Amino acid sequence: MRPLLTLIVLLPLAGFLLNGIAGNRLGKRFVSVVGCGLPILAFAAAIQCLIDLTAAGGSPRIEIAYTWADIAGSKFEIAFYFDRLTAVMALIVTGVGSLIHLYSMGYMKDDASYARYFAYLNLFLFFMLLLVLGRSLLVLFVGWEGVGLASYLLIGFWFEDPDKARAGKKAFITNRIGDAGFLLGMFVLYQALGTLDMDRINTAFMATTAPAVSASLVGILLFIGATGKSAQIPLHVWLPDAMAGPTPVSALIHAATMVTAGVYLVARLSGIYLHAPEASAVIAAIGAATAFFAATIAVVQTDIKKVLAYSTISQLGFMFVALGVGAYGVAIFHLYTHAFFKACLFLGAGSVIHALGGEQDIRKMGGLARRIPITFVTFAVATAAIAGIPPLAGFFSKDEILWFAFASSRGGAVLLYVTMATTALLTAFYMFRLLWLTFLGGSRMTHEVEHHVHESPVSMTGVLVVLAVLSSIGGFLSIPHYLEPLLPMPEAVPALEHLETPLLVLSIVIAFAGLALAAYLYGGDGARATALQRRFPGLHRVLSGKYFVDEAYDRFIERPLYWISDRVFLRLSDRALIDGSLHGLAALGRRTAGGLSRIQNGQLHLYALLVLIGIVFSLAWSWRHV
Amino acid sequence: MLIATSWGLFALGLVGVIVRRNVLIMLMCMELMLNGVNLSLVAFAQQTATSAGAVLVFLVFVVATAEIAIAIPIVLLLARGKRGGLDLGAYADLKG
Repeated sequence: MRPLLTLIVLLPLAGFLLNGIAGNRLGKRFVSVVGCGLPILAFAAAIQCLIDLTAAGGSPRIEIAYTWADIAGSKFEIAFYFDRLTAVMALIVTGVGSLIHLYSMGYMKDDASYARYFAYLNLFLFFMLLLVLGRSLLVLFVGWEGVGLASYLLIGFWFEDPDKARAGKKAFITNRIGDAGFLLGMFVLYQALGTLDMDRINTAFMATTAPAVSASLVGILLFIGATGKSAQIPLHVWLPDAMAGPTPVSALIHAATMVTAGVYLVARLSGIYLHAPEASAVIAAIGAATAFFAATIAVVQTDIKKVLAYSTISQLGFMFVALGVGAYGVAIFHLYTHAFFKACLFLGAGSVIHALGGEQDIRKMGGLARRIPITFVTFAVATAAIAGIPPLAGFFSKDEILWFAFASSRGGAVLLYVTMATTALLTAFYMFRLLWLTFLGGSRMTHEVEHHVHESPVSMTGVLVVLAVLSSIGGFLSIPHYLEPLLPMPEAVPALEHLETPLLVLSIVIAFAGLALAAYLYGGDGARATALQRRFPGLHRVLSGKYFVDEAYDRFIERPLYWISDRVFLRLSDRALIDGSLHGLAALGRRTAGGLSRIQNGQLHLYALLVLIGIVFSLAWSWRHV
Repeated sequence: MLIATSWGLFALGLVGVIVRRNVLIMLMCMELMLNGVNLSLVAFAQQTATSAGAVLVFLVFVVATAEIAIAIPIVLLLARGKRGGLDLGAYADLKG
């Protein structure tokens, strides 16, 4: 068998090395061909793997690329694993990844660090594929850390601006906190099972004799890792700041692929979570809370990318709710539709920013629909998709999540449903608000900006069109059904089954209600929205301050840490104790030497006298002791 | 008796080296010390009826001669020099 899986992973790595080492010397044409060509090849290889998988009837394909270490019988291998779940993930990563690479050619064409950009983007793709294809948690973890690194490099891509560099650091450090939980989970698992291969872990937990480890403990530890990577409460603070990176990066890493790694992890280890109702309840609760709070924040944001960032956090919350109620396939389904429409939204936002020469504030936009029609149409399609308007992709996945939040026998609850339905309403509302403020109504641009507005080049709009088409038809591909042999769906509570159709109608109503509300408030000159804002100044302040989570972290974690580091570790330990004792020793030596050197005054007689005294003393000493 | 005389000679020489500042006198005092030692060596050789002590005395003679051969020219140069003649105190800045 050809080593196709290894090839998928190594192609982007080759792109990174070629572009990173030689890209600057060989010119933009070479960088573009390598940077976009290799991901597309990886996509083709992934399709070939999918065809092989279908031909093999869905039995997983395992490739052992390299044996890392063989310690007393326990092997650590770099092995790749390809089943239906991997297939979905790998196709999303390489497919959306390739599209965004193509888009970047247009978006970044005037940037001085063109080669560096594509090198980083390929590096990200390499690590992401390692994460998705890895068979063992160890390989997954390498990818997990690697995407964190790539994310850091790309957020701080314009590192001359200290704010952007700081955003990169914040993302990296926040992720490290989650990684600590992830590592602990891995240790516990290895201690109990003696293996880190995820298929074996699932088998061990599904066996009749349960392994000697608490599934909930492992589940929660690994979920802490997932909260970091997937920006869930309380580690969600890095994602909005991550918007400092170039917009295609936000689309690829911080919307479509990397942030969904946590969802993938939980779905991949569904064997554990099926036996951990407590951990699942925690996941559902955190997911719901994150979805709701992020959606409320998104309602008042004025930066086009920040709105989308909070929307991403909120949608990730939806996915975690699905995971928490046992509907793993549905979570992956939402991940898949979300990848299309959120990538389309971000790239559309990129196109808007490009057209306006860098303006990101939606209060200074408006009336762009006629000026950049292709961007407008694709953006509108994606907005309708995320809002859940049928028959676009988001409708199917979101409706299934709502249904299972309500009726799943694995933790569905009315409260969960109400929260998620409210969030869905908010989602529809803030997305249409964004659409309205950006594209419709009167222009609020300055004259100078307005003069420059232009539609983006074909390499950008083409990608937008492809993604918009995928956002509209993607929902007809039933991913949960496809994954069912691997990730069985939870049973619906029988007594609630007759409510399925009414709830379906209700979610359609919710989507249109959001649309209507946005149209009512922001239609015309937006006076009603301003009035509403005046009516509740306190609420508006809290929401636009993002519930002051950053400030609270600063107050209660950062400053005490800084204080301890500064006072205790730096001033007391380092400067006073360590430096002090060393300086003290040095001073003692110097002073003693200064005193003794006064004896050497050049008087031969004194020397002779001292020699005499020395001799007398040593003679006397040896007389007594020998 | 001879041992006591050798002690006396050695002590006289030592005190002379430490107390006197004239280079020539100091050299002579050193010779006194050497001779005190020689005397004791000879006396012990006599007492124990062995020849090792007497042989050692010749060795000391040779060393003392060589020392004087180097020291006397130095003293001569000091005496001719303009700095302070034979007074050793004038050369304290040679301590380095």
